[in-house]
Amino acid sequence: MTLRWDVLLAILGMALVTFAVRAGGYAVLRAWKPPRFVDAMLNHMPGCIFVAFILPSVALQGAWHIAAAAVAILCMRLTRMLTVSIIASVAALWLLRGTP
Amino acid sequence: MTDRPGNNVVFTMSGFRHGIRTVVPVLPSFLPFGLVVGLESAGQGLSILEAGLMSLLVFAGTSQLVALGAWADPVPILAVTLAALVVNLRMAPMSAALAPWFHGLRGWRLWGSLFTVTDHSFALSVNAMRSGQKDAAYLLGLGIPGWLFWTFCVVMGHALSGFVTIQPGHPLLFAGLATMCALTVTLWRSRADLLPWGIAGAAGLSVAALGLPQPWPVLVGAIAGSAIGAARDMRR
Repeated sequence: MTLRWDVLLAILGMALVTFAVRAGGYAVLRAWKPPRFVDAMLNHMPGCIFVAFILPSVALQGAWHIAAAAVAILCMRLTRMLTVSIIASVAALWLLRGTP
Repeated sequence: MTDRPGNNVVFTMSGFRHGIRTVVPVLPSFLPFGLVVGLESAGQGLSILEAGLMSLLVFAGTSQLVALGAWADPVPILAVTLAALVVNLRMAPMSAALAPWFHGLRGWRLWGSLFTVTDHSFALSVNAMRSGQKDAAYLLGLGIPGWLFWTFCVVMGHALSGFVTIQPGHPLLFAGLATMCALTVTLWRSRADLLPWGIAGAAGLSVAALGLPQPWPVLVGAIAGSAIGAARDMRR
């Protein structure tokens, strides 16, 4: 149960910037009324963030990862059960390429 | 979208409980990724207290995993802080997109709710907001159980470290991305999403193909996709 000063400082640094990002995205809008175009963009942000994060991360890892991502999407569409979809996706990857 | 101010947003105990009821069935989805982060913290020499503290205070799995990948003794404080900043930048547009709820809050309700924005609580809240829900306590109800359970999973993973090891490239490491894939499905509204999503994906891929690491693909992709969507909406 040790707590070292350098580890604590690193954790506090990470916590501080993470909260700054979480709060900052909104704080800007609290202080400044965005033009209509930015409002319209925010309406599209949710899906676009996820797609733009996932696609490069998955595609660069190769065909098995793309297949496993497709399993997660398909399973979620069919069952609407998050936990089941994650397990199915990880299991698919496990079966397709085995453990390293 | 951001109708303000005081856009009749409320913050009630019943909204909070609704959030808890919604998130409890999906809590197990934190388990694989939390265990991986716990195992990795143990592998990098963090004590169980340090691993738990990181999860409680940072509460952002992918950034924890990436920072742990850069861990050393003594800890490169600036490098891991920067890693967390970069990986978590995608949360800034997330909290901006939830602005219609946040405009109705102040004090601990506002800052506490902002602290609990995650991929999970964001996707679920956007759906509730889009269906006209006005109770912003829903987000905190989703967030607090997720926060506590996430920390529990990481501590469990750390405790298991003597019995289990995880190599780089292990399928369990895919749990984080699998979660995001499944959450994306819930964000689909109609065929009108196809154009912005397609542009977001294509732009993200192109930036990644140029060799730029995250967060550049996600930032460029999200901005390009939503700008195209907004341009189309405003021409109508």
